[in-house]
Amino acid sequence: MRRAGVITFILCAAALFAARPCFASDGKSGGEGSFDVTSFIFGHISDSHEWHITGIAGREYSIPLPCIVWDGGLRAFMSDRMEENGYFLDDEGHIVNSATLARPLDISITKNVLGLIFDSILLVLLILLCARWYRTHDVLKDKPTGLAALLEPVIVMLEQDVIKDAVGPEYRRFSPYLLTAFFFILINNLMGIFPVFPGGANITGNIAVTGVLALFTFLMVNVLGSKHYWKDIFWPDVPMFLKVIPIMPVIEILGMFTKPFSLMIRLFANMLAGHIMLLSVIALIFLTAALGPVLNGSMTVVAVLFGVFLDALEVLVAFIQAYVFTMLSAVFIGLARHNPSPETK
Amino acid sequence: MSLITPEFGLLFWMVLIFALVFFILAKFGFPVISSAVRKRSDYIGDSLKAADEARASLENLAVEQQKLIEQTRIEQARILKEASETRAQIISKAREDAEAEAARVMERTKAEIAAEKEHAMLELRAAVSSVSLAVAEKLVRGSLSEDAAQTALLDRLAAEAAETALKS
Repeated sequence: MRRAGVITFILCAAALFAARPCFASDGKSGGEGSFDVTSFIFGHISDSHEWHITGIAGREYSIPLPCIVWDGGLRAFMSDRMEENGYFLDDEGHIVNSATLARPLDISITKNVLGLIFDSILLVLLILLCARWYRTHDVLKDKPTGLAALLEPVIVMLEQDVIKDAVGPEYRRFSPYLLTAFFFILINNLMGIFPVFPGGANITGNIAVTGVLALFTFLMVNVLGSKHYWKDIFWPDVPMFLKVIPIMPVIEILGMFTKPFSLMIRLFANMLAGHIMLLSVIALIFLTAALGPVLNGSMTVVAVLFGVFLDALEVLVAFIQAYVFTMLSAVFIGLARHNPSPETK
Repeated sequence: MSLITPEFGLLFWMVLIFALVFFILAKFGFPVISSAVRKRSDYIGDSLKAADEARASLENLAVEQQKLIEQTRIEQARILKEASETRAQIISKAREDAEAEAARVMERTKAEIAAEKEHAMLELRAAVSSVSLAVAEKLVRGSLSEDAAQTALLDRLAAEAAETALKS
């Protein structure tokens, strides 16, 4: 426990040292005393080229992140040196070439990418350390301790109750993917709630991230689908006229894409909504600052209480969404691997 | 950056990072844990099954033992019964044999007695005849000196004696 505390302290300290002051230069925030809720919330939930830590007395402290663009050649620079390198950020936060006013191909290490990298390293470490316990101990003699004792019940629960039931007899082939997806989503969800530096990025509330996760499930389902799965799509057991005018095949093919699409939207919307709710409740404190100390004080109490409640809810949602994504992916894989039993045929 | 249009840069990095994480965890992470857990649950299952079998065989053993005891008891009873039967048989046979032997001995004794009697009779007869001969001789010797009539009587007597001797 002490070691974990020390690591957290070092990370926070590093974040504070790395943060460099820059003036709040955008025109969105008005004069002194007014508070722009929209930019406050959207500034937190959207991706950006710098990692905003905090603003103190009108100065904004952010960690500059590396920008990598393909603009006739690969160019890389830190985000706080953008102007010197001939680029600027437009209103939507995209990198624009100052000379040509064109948007280059942008593969920068943004806030979400850095968060992803950090969370992924954490995840890989956790799982590999857990796996190392099983390598170095005789599982028939020793009781799991530490990380293994923490992760084993979750892995067993997922594998036996979710994956095995949904996928069917050949679940072992798919369980590494489904477990990876679960823990990947879970750790990113949880780190998204954690407000201090390595956390706080709205990773799983970003449609690109959930889209890639859904894409992997789509590939798992369709690349490894059985012959019967494809037959059911193009030539299902329905009256002939539904196939001659290809109504059913069209619906089925549409279904191929709507399933992962729903996965993408569900995770994205849930996590985004959670972040927006939390930020709105926190924004209450700053919104009521202009309305006098009594109102502000009472609203602060309400906001903190609601914030605690919503944070607890978000921890639950973080688990539930990871679970739902995994379970539905397992069900879709199971449907694609399903072989018709004699009684249903 | 916009909310619902995915950014290419993030897509690119997400594909890369997730693929890498997936590769590492699917190769070195989850299979190790899963197989270890499966190994243990298999072991527990096997142990339970073995314990069940052991208990069943133990119960079987008790039943077998009971059966064996029952069998032994039956066998014992049978042997005892047989023994008593044999004893009775032996006794009755011995009795029969003894009776037969006794009868045989009696028979032989009777025959011997008869033979002895015959023999004694013969001897007595011989003794009687020799005595009578001697008597007769003495008589004859005394009267022969007298007359012819007496000689004739003597002859008659002798003949009679011979006749009776022959008859007996």
